[in-house]
Amino acid sequence: MAYSEKVRQMFQGTLQGMQNDGLFKQERFIHSSQAADIEVEFPTGASLKKVINMCANNYLGLSSHPDVVKAAHEGLDTRGYGMSSVRFICGTQDIHKELERKITEFLGTEDTILFPSCMDANAGVFEAILGSEDVMISDRLVHASIIDGMRLCSAMHDTFKHSDMAHLESKLQLHSDKRLKMVITDGVFSMDGDTAKLDEMVALCEKYDAMLFVDDSHSSGFIGRTGRGTHEHCGVIGKIDIITTTFGKALGGASGGCVSGRKELVEMCRQKARPYLFSNTIAPVVVAGVLRVLDILSLSIERRDKLEKNTEFWRKGLLDAGFVLKEGNTPIVPVMLFNAKLSQDFSRDLFEEGIYAVGFFFPVVPQGQARIRTQISAGHDMHHLEKALNAFIKVGKKYDILGKTKKEIVDMYGM
Amino acid sequence: MEEMKDIVLQYVIDEYLEDPDEEITYETPLISGGIVDSFSMVSLKRFLENKYKISIPDEDASPEAFDSVNKIVSLVNRFLNK
Repeated sequence: MAYSEKVRQMFQGTLQGMQNDGLFKQERFIHSSQAADIEVEFPTGASLKKVINMCANNYLGLSSHPDVVKAAHEGLDTRGYGMSSVRFICGTQDIHKELERKITEFLGTEDTILFPSCMDANAGVFEAILGSEDVMISDRLVHASIIDGMRLCSAMHDTFKHSDMAHLESKLQLHSDKRLKMVITDGVFSMDGDTAKLDEMVALCEKYDAMLFVDDSHSSGFIGRTGRGTHEHCGVIGKIDIITTTFGKALGGASGGCVSGRKELVEMCRQKARPYLFSNTIAPVVVAGVLRVLDILSLSIERRDKLEKNTEFWRKGLLDAGFVLKEGNTPIVPVMLFNAKLSQDFSRDLFEEGIYAVGFFFPVVPQGQARIRTQISAGHDMHHLEKALNAFIKVGKKYDILGKTKKEIVDMYGM
Repeated sequence: MEEMKDIVLQYVIDEYLEDPDEEITYETPLISGGIVDSFSMVSLKRFLENKYKISIPDEDASPEAFDSVNKIVSLVNRFLNK
C-alpha cells in the first residue's frame, strides 16, 4: 500500500499543528437556504442555532429570491438537469447564448463567454491571449485565482504596489519593449473592500498602449449608479478590454462566471481557454436563474440602493464603536484584528452571540493582517445590523480592543 | 562594491517594502522571508540588467540567488566579470 502509516502520520502531524496553532479551518453546516437569517450546525453535531449571516457574498440578497428560485425551476423543467458535455461538443443551449448576450449588454462590452466559475475564467484567460513575448503587470493584491491564472501563462509577470499609479507607470515604462502589455487588477479588492482607480488606469493604458483586465466579481450587480460594476463607478464603461466576473456572488450566488470584453479576445478564449474546453457547461438551472437576476436588476436599482444605505450604517457604527477598519466604501468591511488567533477567537465569540462572521488570516491575507471580513447585503434589515453591531461591541469589549490603534492591538496580541 | 550594495538595498526598499517602519539589511532574506514574491523578482532582475548592462539568464535568476542583497551583489559581480 502506497499510503503507508508513516505517510499518514506525517499528514496527521501537519493537521494537528494547524489545530494547535488555532489556524484550522472548520466548515459550519447551514441547514437553511442562504439568507440574512440562517440555521447553522456548529460545531458538528451541535443543535441548530439561528444566526445572522454577516459573511456571505449575497450582496443583493438574491440567492434565495422567490423569482430566481422560480426561474431556476422553470429552467430545470424545460432544459433538464445537466448537459453531460463541454460547450463545444454538445453543451451549448439557446439559454447559454442568451445569457452571453445579456451579460454583454449589462456590462457594456463587445462579447462574452461563460465559464464554469470565475476561478476557471481567470485560470484560462491569460494563457489563451498572451505568450512569451508579452508581459502581465498585476496589482499586488489581486485575487488568488488571477495569480494561479498568471502562473499558467508563459508571459512575463510583474507587479505594482497596491493601487499605486506612479509605480504602475514605472512598470509600464520598464516593460515598454514587450509585444503586448496587460495591466491586471480586481475592481473591488475582495479582502480589503477598496476600489481600483480604473479611470487613472485606463489613462495609463492608453498612454502606454497596454490592455486593461479587471476582475469585477465583488462589484457586478451593485457597484456604480446602476450596478454595472467598477467601470461604471469610475466612468470608463466600454474602455476595459477584459472583465471577468462571477454569478456566484451578487448575481444569484449559485456558480458560474465569464470573460467579457473585446470581441477577438473573447473568441481567443472560446478557441483556446482550457477550463472552457475541458470542463462542463454551466447547468441549465443556473443559467435560467442568472437570466432572471439580470431581468430583476434591469427593472430596479432598489436593492443596490438599499445595500449602499446598509453599508453606510454598518461602517459608521463600527467606526463610532472604536474598531480599526480598512478604508473603503463597498459592502466589504474588514474589521482589523491583526493576530490570526484573535481573529478565530473573535469569530467564535460572535457566533455565541448569534452572529456568523469568519476570521481571515495568512495566507488568505498577508501576515499580521488578520481580520473579520464582514459583508453587507441588501437582504439585511436594520434589526439585523443593529443586533450584529451590538454583538461586535460586546466581543470587542471582552478583548479590550475598542478605541485601540493597530499598534496597541498588536502590542497586546502580537502579529 | 559598497556602492552597488547600497543601490540594490535602496531599490529593494523602494520597490518592495509596504511598511515604512520595516527595516532590512544586506543579509535579510528577501524571497524566503516573504518580502519579494516570485512574480515581483522580474522587475529586480530587469533593474539589475539595465543598471549594470548585463544579461542574467533565467536559470541563474533563481530564488536562492536573489534571496538577499549580498547574494544579489555576488550574482551581479559574477556577470560583470565575465
